Amino acid sequence: METRQKEKTPLLEVRDLSVSFRMYDGSLEQRRLEVISSLSMTVYPGEILAIAGSSGSGKSLLASAILGILPANASTGGEMYFDGQPLTAERQRKLRGGDIALVPQSVAYLDPLMRVGPQADGHRKPRPTERRRGLFRRLGLPEEAERLYPFQLSGGMARRVLVSTALITDARLVIADEPTPGMSLDQALEALTMFREMADQGRGVVLITHDIDLAVAFADRVAVFYAGTTVETLPASDFQTGPQALRHPYTKALWRALPQNGFTPIPGFQPYAGSLPPGCLFAPRCPHRTPECEMAPPPTRELRGGEVRCIHAT
Amino acid sequence: MRLEANHVSFRYDRRGPWVLRNVSLTVERGERVALFAPSGYGKTTLALLLAGYLQPTEGQILLDGRPLPQKGICPVQLIYQHPEKAINPRWRLRQVLEESGQLREDMLDAFGIERAWLDRFPRELSGGELQRFCVARALMSGADFLICDEISTMLDVITQAQIWEVVLAEAARRDMGLIAVTHNRHLADRICTRGLDLRSLGASEGL
Repeated sequence: METRQKEKTPLLEVRDLSVSFRMYDGSLEQRRLEVISSLSMTVYPGEILAIAGSSGSGKSLLASAILGILPANASTGGEMYFDGQPLTAERQRKLRGGDIALVPQSVAYLDPLMRVGPQADGHRKPRPTERRRGLFRRLGLPEEAERLYPFQLSGGMARRVLVSTALITDARLVIADEPTPGMSLDQALEALTMFREMADQGRGVVLITHDIDLAVAFADRVAVFYAGTTVETLPASDFQTGPQALRHPYTKALWRALPQNGFTPIPGFQPYAGSLPPGCLFAPRCPHRTPECEMAPPPTRELRGGEVRCIHAT
Repeated sequence: MRLEANHVSFRYDRRGPWVLRNVSLTVERGERVALFAPSGYGKTTLALLLAGYLQPTEGQILLDGRPLPQKGICPVQLIYQHPEKAINPRWRLRQVLEESGQLREDMLDAFGIERAWLDRFPRELSGGELQRFCVARALMSGADFLICDEISTMLDVITQAQIWEVVLAEAARRDMGLIAVTHNRHLADRICTRGLDLRSLGASEGL
């Protein structure tokens, strides 16, 4: 984290967030299933924060928690601030779709009964048709696409429509949840260039993605998620330097699993919410684990310009 | 054995635009081909045609010179990008796997599928776990050709490497043919023996 950023008020700050679901397991017993625990992250104006990490580690749930659109059986703990002010349910209602925009993960978020052009225009008056056409052009969507229904689009085209719905807003914070799958490399690069331009205008972007190559090329910092919590936050450039610049063993495992870096997976699976290990969540798969790791969750500490939750990281 | 698209054209309805126009390609057993094209050029449509889910408007899909069999388990198996759309939500996962004909224990072990998962419903597993079932199902069916349509795009890179490790080992052992749709050149370099650009295979109009 650069000192320049530290002096600024964060655009979004999430402190010690937890998200849990009320579940019934067969009996009438109610059970709380904690799917996000002690998660912290910060987004500064002018930056892209990429969120990478394991499938099912709570990345999309975090997006829903920030916007206040979690399902009714979910409850949250911890604190969230937008622009220095607490992000209450009332403020979330006011901000979402305005100051905070979402690029949803699933193309199923598009209204199947509405042509995609008017759909991207939204309820704005007057209709921002010309501006939207400009966005469609830049994203490589042909003009006639605006008259199509979602089922007539390929996966990558639908994805570009979703991206346009966020770019058309004047949001100060955009949360883009997997915005590029299905796009060709050129299209993905153009979409991310547009997010970069937004950030360079002083807005903030949270980029949730499995495409670590792209994330690293465009983001300022990367937060790495595992089993519902952040294990490391690091400058994006550390990924390009290589495993010696990375701090957490899980982040190193991600690096080594990339097709261009060995394509070597570590064995095993992320633990389930409800049967999480008592200490470090990564310990069961970690090559460096010691008995100490299994006793208590490791605290967050600053290390080499990043933050890590591993007692052995150096 | 070879899988062939022979001058295939396709449109979804008679007045609609052509999605594919005069596309020809041949994949031999033992070959692993990466299929590239920008989005909207008909990659998924071609995958559906090759696996027999759609019939060409013109031209033919041929396996060893003959049309794909209409009965029984298709020897060309397609794996989708979204596993949750490819599995019956009301079936337990044991039933999902048994549909392939035989439940192979060695395959469960290779994918690290825990036996307890077999009694679960699809919504009780994550996307990465479900995709293992979809790939296992396709491999257990005894297929000769596998069409993989962006099967690891929505997964983290560790899960991606875990799944491809098993697929490549099984494909080599059985000398299977494989077509992988992907936008990731690094991944294609790792898993495929050659690459094809759909735009060079025929006049695909694209959107």
